[in-house]
Amino acid sequence: MKKLVRSNLAIKLVSLILTFAIIQLLIYFDIINDYLQATLATICINIILAVSLNLITGFTGQFSLGHAGFMSIGAYACALITLRIPTIPGFILGVFAGAVAAALIGGLVGLPTLRLRGDYLAIATLGMSEIIRIVFLNLDNITNGAAGLQDIPQFANWKWLFIYTAGTVLIISNYIRSSHGRACISIREDEIAAEAMGINSTKYKVIAFTIGAFFAGIAGALYATTFNFIDPKIFGFSKSIDVLVIVVLGGLGSISGSIIAAVLLGVVTTYLQSFANIQMILYSVLLIIIMIFRPQGLMGSKEVSLSIFSKLGNSFKSKKGRV
Amino acid sequence: MEQFFQQTINGISLGSIYALIALGYTMVYGIIKLINFAHSDVYMLGAYFGYVCMTSFKLGFLPSLLISMVLCTLIGVMIEKIAYKPLRNATRIAVLITAIGVSLFLEYVTMAIAGANVRSYPPQTGILDQSFNIGSINITMQQIIIVSITIILMVLLQFIVKKTRIGKAMRAVSLDSDAAELMGINVNTTISFTFAIGSALAGAAGIMVGIYYNSINPLMGMLPGLKAFVAAVFGGIGIIPGAMIGGYFIGIVEVLVSGYSNSMYRDGVVFAILILVLIIKPAGLLGKNTREKV
Repeated sequence: MKKLVRSNLAIKLVSLILTFAIIQLLIYFDIINDYLQATLATICINIILAVSLNLITGFTGQFSLGHAGFMSIGAYACALITLRIPTIPGFILGVFAGAVAAALIGGLVGLPTLRLRGDYLAIATLGMSEIIRIVFLNLDNITNGAAGLQDIPQFANWKWLFIYTAGTVLIISNYIRSSHGRACISIREDEIAAEAMGINSTKYKVIAFTIGAFFAGIAGALYATTFNFIDPKIFGFSKSIDVLVIVVLGGLGSISGSIIAAVLLGVVTTYLQSFANIQMILYSVLLIIIMIFRPQGLMGSKEVSLSIFSKLGNSFKSKKGRV
Repeated sequence: MEQFFQQTINGISLGSIYALIALGYTMVYGIIKLINFAHSDVYMLGAYFGYVCMTSFKLGFLPSLLISMVLCTLIGVMIEKIAYKPLRNATRIAVLITAIGVSLFLEYVTMAIAGANVRSYPPQTGILDQSFNIGSINITMQQIIIVSITIILMVLLQFIVKKTRIGKAMRAVSLDSDAAELMGINVNTTISFTFAIGSALAGAAGIMVGIYYNSINPLMGMLPGLKAFVAAVFGGIGIIPGAMIGGYFIGIVEVLVSGYSNSMYRDGVVFAILILVLIIKPAGLLGKNTREKV
């Protein structure tokens, strides 16, 4: 078992480096131009958002509709810091501060609301994120109200985005395989049974919620420093819905599913851009059709496993042996 | 004090509209446990149907109201048959995402057909244009008509739910759909009927908002929809009188907040009340706390 994990780790590292190198090369040769780089950034940010929401909704089974709220906290915190300290350390500090602020609010909100179940929790988190948005809208002298913050220094390039995205995916997938993560999954499967087995369900739910909020804060911070501009409208209810759609499309409880869905949606929306007037109609029809014919999402709760490759490798080896 | 009464009267008119939308949410939730996000867009369509009736066909208010209610009923049943019925046994989150898909579809199809710009209802004439004063409190005829139509529709709804066979079936299905089916109730018909009634009420709310606020646009349903859902949760979701009380409460609070303090905070206050209610009494004002059994 241990060996398996280790070889997986090596393959993971290699595939990460390969992904990075290929895309870096494509950018270098200008095959991925500025426009596509914006899509790439959106995909990375969506992966962070979707994977962190998947920890809350997919693995712990707590239905949250307030992810955009945490994202906005990270975005505003990071924007305000980088506007005052426009250097690389300032940027790192900003991302970190945004994440910590989002995690703090996440924990504070989570403590009382996570007692609620199912749809009630969804509505409470939705209300919370709307309140956060309205607060940002009204703090005129800090956040510049509805006009938003402009000219945020652009630090988050592809390298930073990749580091943060890969980091998020690695941390959350390792968290799920830890004893904490197992506790989260057991809460999803049956909360009462989990409590009977001695799992403090409130504690693990709040931890999952806080971690999710932390990474949503990072995503928000990266959004602010990639696109130079934020206003409260960006982080409305529809943003939370967008993230939830990615998670459900990919499959609840599948990290690779979330990544695939985020990439697919990014590519599809870029492609649909040429049909701007019916873009949203096509998107909604696609959504309905996918949900009717594959309600468990693209991946279900399975992960893309590397055993496919090792199987291929084995058959290749055995063929060689025979010859 | 006069300002308080004036604001309360405005709040009651707004609350009537929230209550009508909230009824649709609460009935659908009660029967298939789905937050029907598309409901707020049926309300938007109701406003557009009323607009077409009044401008293109030059119909009066009452015929437009009836036509828009009938059309919304059809749309509601169609949505249920096409999008939700195939997912009867799927996870609830899948149905929820479908509902979001339907909601986006209705919004953007309307936008493609009618344009994204704000349209204004034709100016009302005759009885709808009148208003009168009690002391210094101004009450318009529109407000009286909105409140009275709402009350008539609610009484009608109570009658259907409490006194008719289909109402009995609705109550039975919302209590336990498997047991209801065993008793010979056609669950699918009952669910469609629930969607029909809810959508008719939303259609009525749509056209009344049109004559009251005078401006409609394809995304007008989003925020009132959320607030109506808050109203339904506030009163206890699945409970019909709860939705009425919740609707009026949210309407009055919203108008009072914007009357007495910064109107930017009115939505924030509504959602803060929601969270407080959920934390203190998760089942809502009229809801009963059910103990979970293993």
